[in-house]
Amino acid sequence: MAITFFGLLLVTFLIARVIPIDPVLAVVGDNAKADVYDAARAALGLDKPLWQQFATYVGKVFTGDLGKSVLTSNLVTDDIKRVFPATLELATLGTLIGVSLGVPLGVLAAVYQGRWPDQLARLIGLFGYSVPVFWFGLMGLLLFYAKLGWVAGPGRISVAYQDFVDPITGVLVIDAALQGEWEAFRDAWSHLILPAAVLGLLSVAYISRMARSFMITELQQQYVIAARVKGMSEFRVIWRHALRNAFVPLITVIALSYAQLLEGSVLTETIFAWPGLGRYITNSLLNADMNAVLGGTLVVGAVFIGVNLLSDILGRLVDPRTR
Amino acid sequence: MRALTTPTEQPLLELDNLRVNFHTPTGIVRAVRGLSFTLGRERLGIVGESGSGKSMTGRAILDLIPYPGEVLADRLVYRGQDLLTMDKRTRRKLRGRHISMVMQDPKFSLNPVQTVGEQIAEAYRVHHKASAREARERSIAMLEAVQIREPGRVYELYPHEVSGGMGQRVMIAMMLIAEPDILIADEPTSALDVTVQLQILKILDDLVTERGMGLIFISHDLHLVQSFCDRVIVMYGGKAMETLPAAELADEAARSQRHPYTLGLLGCLPDLDHPKAKLATLTRDPAWLA
Repeated sequence: MAITFFGLLLVTFLIARVIPIDPVLAVVGDNAKADVYDAARAALGLDKPLWQQFATYVGKVFTGDLGKSVLTSNLVTDDIKRVFPATLELATLGTLIGVSLGVPLGVLAAVYQGRWPDQLARLIGLFGYSVPVFWFGLMGLLLFYAKLGWVAGPGRISVAYQDFVDPITGVLVIDAALQGEWEAFRDAWSHLILPAAVLGLLSVAYISRMARSFMITELQQQYVIAARVKGMSEFRVIWRHALRNAFVPLITVIALSYAQLLEGSVLTETIFAWPGLGRYITNSLLNADMNAVLGGTLVVGAVFIGVNLLSDILGRLVDPRTR
Repeated sequence: MRALTTPTEQPLLELDNLRVNFHTPTGIVRAVRGLSFTLGRERLGIVGESGSGKSMTGRAILDLIPYPGEVLADRLVYRGQDLLTMDKRTRRKLRGRHISMVMQDPKFSLNPVQTVGEQIAEAYRVHHKASAREARERSIAMLEAVQIREPGRVYELYPHEVSGGMGQRVMIAMMLIAEPDILIADEPTSALDVTVQLQILKILDDLVTERGMGLIFISHDLHLVQSFCDRVIVMYGGKAMETLPAAELADEAARSQRHPYTLGLLGCLPDLDHPKAKLATLTRDPAWLA
């Protein structure tokens, strides 16, 4: 864990140094004089040897200092505290949708292999994979927001409710619920559900395919026959015996897909004007805002490490052989 | 050895012209083609090579033939109840409670993510309204019946934590806890070490005798069947070549009355006391399947 995180620090640091973008120019502008340029360079510590720069960087990361963003002129940590919860709420709901629909769909596809539930699952999977997310997002907005008015439009919350909710966790729906601001909660929820559903569809496509193939493997095992010999109902054989075994590899799949969503999905966030991590990193990168890029990359890496750890722990709970 | 079933007693299982067909894209595979027998409270052995249809016979009785397969028979009756016309649900309830099966390899036939105790208790609770505690006590008693020491401790173990021999005892406990009338043992010892095979067979034999059950013992091991069963069906290509009292398998005097396939099987066996330079190869006559 610690070693992985250290490696992550090193890699992000090196990427920032080899990238053909001059962070000094981003500060002083293209037309700065040489002495101004040098002063800015020294102020950023870029004149020192690489290992010293790395040591300073590591020291700063551990004190929670990721530097200042040139673009927003906020501390990068503050920016991330703002954008990460937005992505967290989107990714979590998207994954919940993905698991709660994708797993049953995959199980049914495996049980009725080759028959209509399997074909339906295949169609949904194909749709989720191949339809571009921006098209799906735009069509969703057009239908459910513009035409039907079932959900709210882009953004996390309407302007009217913007100041109702104090940030506690940063996750708007939770904060609103904690403070009993139910109207704000409804509004935030209404903003959240459509982009989450768009991400959820992708997640459903992936998870249902994997769940199907794991279940097919499990259903051929001898212990499934043994459970039937005992006289257990087919429902219990499938959902209790086989699925519990299929969950062992499925946990890793779900965790990886969750981690992927936590990186921030640039397209979805752009279409829904969602102030999340993906958009933040992309904007920073396009503006040569290296502190922000590094900080964001670090968060993404740390999230990956964290989610992997979580999936290992869950795996141990489900599978006694790994204990 | 117990006597064969007396004709006055109602048989446990009657089977007439059982057929198991698999419809595949390349044609119909006929795994069992017209097998008939009657089972009483006795030990019936079914022997044959791989693919002779002996396992499929067991599965067909339990209604566990997988999807592209179909089971046909002129008669399939369990204690007077017609299994062919019975609805799926009632048929399912017979499994475990009335007809049960011990499978080959405990390593694969126990659910790896559930403790062995839970799996035994579950088999009891499917058929009996019982509290979790009562089911647990019953399961521990059953573990004791299959001669497991410290049954309370073993109850909490996962399948990967028990040995093959112990796993098979667990399997037997699981399949007998609901007290079925018929037990199908499908090569119950072929995945085990020779040293534990006899122990397992002894346990199986004691329980079957004690409870007066009918046993269908499926095996490819002629010696085992001969010493363990009352009656033997020799199968080849999905058909019964002959049915004979087990004792006659080794009876030299009765050799001339034996089916050539049975003699062929016997001829393939190596014998330590009379070593042969060359083991006989089986000759198979297509006419037997006509």
